[in-house]
Amino acid sequence: MTAKDLRNPLKVARGLGSSQSGVGHWWTQRVTAAALVVLLIWFVITVLGLLHADYATALATVAKPWNALLLIVLLVTMFWHAVLGLQVVIEDYVHTRWKEVLSLVLIKFLAVLGALASVLAVLRIALTH
Amino acid sequence: MADTRRPLSPHLQIYKWQVQMVSSILHRATGIALAVGTLVVVAGLLHLAAGQESFDHFKNVIGNPVGEILLVGWTWALFYHLCNGIRHLVQDTGAGYAIPQFVRSSWLSVVLSLVLTAAVWAYVLTAGGAA
Repeated sequence: MTAKDLRNPLKVARGLGSSQSGVGHWWTQRVTAAALVVLLIWFVITVLGLLHADYATALATVAKPWNALLLIVLLVTMFWHAVLGLQVVIEDYVHTRWKEVLSLVLIKFLAVLGALASVLAVLRIALTH
Repeated sequence: MADTRRPLSPHLQIYKWQVQMVSSILHRATGIALAVGTLVVVAGLLHLAAGQESFDHFKNVIGNPVGEILLVGWTWALFYHLCNGIRHLVQDTGAGYAIPQFVRSSWLSVVLSLVLTAAVWAYVLTAGGAA
């Protein structure tokens, strides 16, 4: 900040760092983690149950209303949690500002794309079978 | 980074290796691995929605030896991140910070994740192979 800057230093400080969203990030990471504990145990058991299932059985399993619902919740929570975690890793290790911002935007694009693509796939299966 | 003259904390090679440090590094490493692994879940669902032929192709790819080794790795990464994640959630309440407890829970995450991975793959193999 230069002497010519007429803004109060507090105005600048408030817009930077974790002063706005740090607690939200921390808390959301914990809430999604707690949800994922339950969802992933269910997911592992479901996948193991499908080990020798044929195609029709696999489809029917995903198409069951509760399974489709839990799967969608899992996918959204999983990608959300992954983005929050990767964000911290990038902030810790990428020290060139433009690379950091680019990586942060890129993981968000990929996560939204992955979440939407997989949720659409589940919906397609659930609504047509 | 290069133009700052602030002191930096000593890097990894300075420290004596101990389990608390390993469990912390592994949590981050498995988290990154699992973020990549989400793409396999996406691929599986897209192939399932696209039809039988497409899904069979997916099963062949993940069922080959390299695919299976990766799946074992992802299974362990998942169980480790899960066990150690629960450990961190407990620690977030303020519990378990005394050094002996901290060391014990670190070992618990590592050992339990290996046991769970072994159990799942023993089940897969005795059930006659994956996919």
